[in-house]
Amino acid sequence: MAPDGTARVLEAGTVPRATGRSVRVSSLRRLARRRSTIAFVMTLPLILVIAGLVAWPAAWAIYLSTLNRRMTANIGLDNYLILLESESFRMIIWQSCFFAITAVLLKALIGFWLAHMLHHIPTRGQRKWRGMLLIPWVIPPALSTLGWWWMFDPSYSSINWLINVFGFPSIPWLGTPWWARIAVIMVNVWYGAPFFMIMYLAALKSVPEQLYEAAAIDGATSWQKLRFITLPMMRNIISITVLFSLIVTFANYDIVRVLTNGGPRDTTHLFATYAFQVGILSGNLPRGAAVSLFMLPILAVAAFFILRGVTRRVKEVG
Amino acid sequence: MTAAAATRDFPRFYGKVGSLHRERLWALRLSYASLILAAIIFLAPPVYMLITSIKTNAEMANQSLNPWLVRNPTLEHYMAILGNPVFLTFFKNSIIVTLVVVAITMVISVLAAFALSRMRFWGSQVLATGVFLTYLVPDTLLFIPLYQIVGGLGLLNSIWGLVLVYPTLTVPFCTWIMIGYFASIPKELDEAALIDGATWPQMLLKIFIPVALPGIIAATIFAFTVSWAAFVYPTAFITRPEEMPLTIGIVSQLVRGDTFAWGQIMAGALLAALPPVVVYVFLMDYYIAGLTAGATKG
Repeated sequence: MAPDGTARVLEAGTVPRATGRSVRVSSLRRLARRRSTIAFVMTLPLILVIAGLVAWPAAWAIYLSTLNRRMTANIGLDNYLILLESESFRMIIWQSCFFAITAVLLKALIGFWLAHMLHHIPTRGQRKWRGMLLIPWVIPPALSTLGWWWMFDPSYSSINWLINVFGFPSIPWLGTPWWARIAVIMVNVWYGAPFFMIMYLAALKSVPEQLYEAAAIDGATSWQKLRFITLPMMRNIISITVLFSLIVTFANYDIVRVLTNGGPRDTTHLFATYAFQVGILSGNLPRGAAVSLFMLPILAVAAFFILRGVTRRVKEVG
Repeated sequence: MTAAAATRDFPRFYGKVGSLHRERLWALRLSYASLILAAIIFLAPPVYMLITSIKTNAEMANQSLNPWLVRNPTLEHYMAILGNPVFLTFFKNSIIVTLVVVAITMVISVLAAFALSRMRFWGSQVLATGVFLTYLVPDTLLFIPLYQIVGGLGLLNSIWGLVLVYPTLTVPFCTWIMIGYFASIPKELDEAALIDGATWPQMLLKIFIPVALPGIIAATIFAFTVSWAAFVYPTAFITRPEEMPLTIGIVSQLVRGDTFAWGQIMAGALLAALPPVVVYVFLMDYYIAGLTAGATKG
C-alpha cells in the first residue's frame, strides 16, 4: 500500500489552493469524491463481514458472558468467578496451556529441522519431498483425526501392534489421562509440523547465499552459520509463525473433539471443547461464552506481537 | 592479525578441506534419513486409513494378523458408502456450501483488496490492519455468539447458516493476501491505464485480475480448503443429518457404537478428504504460495 502516483495527484487536487484554476479543481474534486465513493462501495461487503460477523459477535460474547444461564439477568463477572473456583476448570486452563505450548514447541522444532534437511538436499528432489511432507496439512483435520482414532483403538491399535513387535507392552492411548494428553499433542504436531516446515523453508530460501559463502571463507562451523546467520535472518518469520500457531493451537477444537471428546474424565478438554460442552451441549450459552473468552488474553498478546512483526517485515521488504 | 596467527590458521583450514567432502556426504545422508523417517510418520495415518478401507471386516477383526497388511483387498466399503444416500447428501451439502462460500469470498476480497491497495481513502490503513486482526480471531471464540445470531435469523440446521458464517474464516485471509498481490503490481501499469482513459472497473477486470491471477488462484484454493474442512461451525449449528456437510456428517453419523463400521468410516473419510488433496496435488505451487503469502507478503 505504498502511495501511488495518481493518488497523490488526486489528493493534492482535493485541497484547492489554486483558486484560479477552479474549473479543473472542481472536476478533480468530483473525481476524487467519486473515487472514494467507489472505494467505499467496494470495501462495504468486507466491512459488513468484519463488523457484522466478527466484531459484533465478539462484543456480544463479552456481554453474553455477564448474563445468567437463562439470559434474564446480568450477573456481572459471576460466570468467570464460578469457573475459576471450580477445580475442573482450573485443570482445563492448565491443560490448554500445556497442550498449546508443548505442541507449538514441538511443531516449531520439527518444522525447523525438516526445513533444514529439505534445504540441504539437491534442489531437484526438494519439490517431491515437500509435496509429500505437506500431506498431513492438506487433509481436513477432523477426518485425519478419525484415522488416528482408529490407530489408537484400545483393542485393534495398529500403533500398539508395532510397539509389540519391538517387544514393548501396549499403551492405553486414549484410556489414561497422560497418554490421552500425549496422543492429542501427537496428532496436533503431526498435523501442524508441515506448516512450520513450509514456512521455514520459504524463509531459508530467502537468506542470501553470499552470507554463507562469506562465513565459510571465515571458517565458520555449521553451528556458527546457524547461530549467527540463519537464526537472525529468520527471527521475524519464526516469531510470526510461532505466535500464529500459538493462537490456532490454543483455539484448537477438532482434534480433541474427535479423538477424546474431552475424556478420560475431562482431562483433555481445551477451552474450545469445554466451551462447546458447556455452551451448546449443556445449553448454558453465557458460561460457554465466558469459557471461550478465557482465550482472549493470550490471543490479544500474540496478535499484538504478530502485527508488530508483520509491519516490521513489510517495512524491511519495502 | 599477526603473521604467526595466520600461519597457524592456514594448515588447519587446508586440513579441513579434505574432510569437507566427507562431511557434506554425511550431512546429505542425515538429510535423507530425516526426510524418509518424517515421510513414513507423516504418511502413515492416511495410508493406514486406505489399508483399513479396503480390508474385509473379518480380516480387520482378526487380531493375530498384521494390521498394516491387506490380504484380500475389497471395495465393499466404498460401494456401501457410495450407495448410502445420507453420505451422498453430506457430499452434496459440502459442495454447495463450499462453492457458494468460495464465490462470495472471492468477490468480497478481490473488490476490497483492490480498493485497499490502490485507492487510499479515509481509514483504509486502519481497515487493512483490521482485516489482519480479524484473521487472527479463531472460530472457537465466535461460535457461541454466532450460534445466537444464526439462531435469531432462523438459520440453525440449515446449510445457508453455514454459508453466512464461513466468510469469517475465509474473507480476512484472502483479502490480506490479495492486498499483498495487488500491491506488488507496478504503479506504472495503472497510470498507463488511467491515461488511456480506463475506468476503475476496467482497471480491475483488465489489469489487476489477469496480472494477479496466481494470487487469485492461491486465495481461491485457500477459501476452498478452509470451507471444505470447516468443523466448529457445522458441529455447533447443525444437528439434522440432511443438512450436514461432510466433516461433521462423517464424525457424527457414521461413527456409531458398532465396532466394524471402521471400513466404511475410513472409506468415507478418504473420499471426503479427496477434493482438497486433488486440488493440492494439481495446484501445489499455488497452494504453497498462498500458505506462505500471509507472512512473507504483506
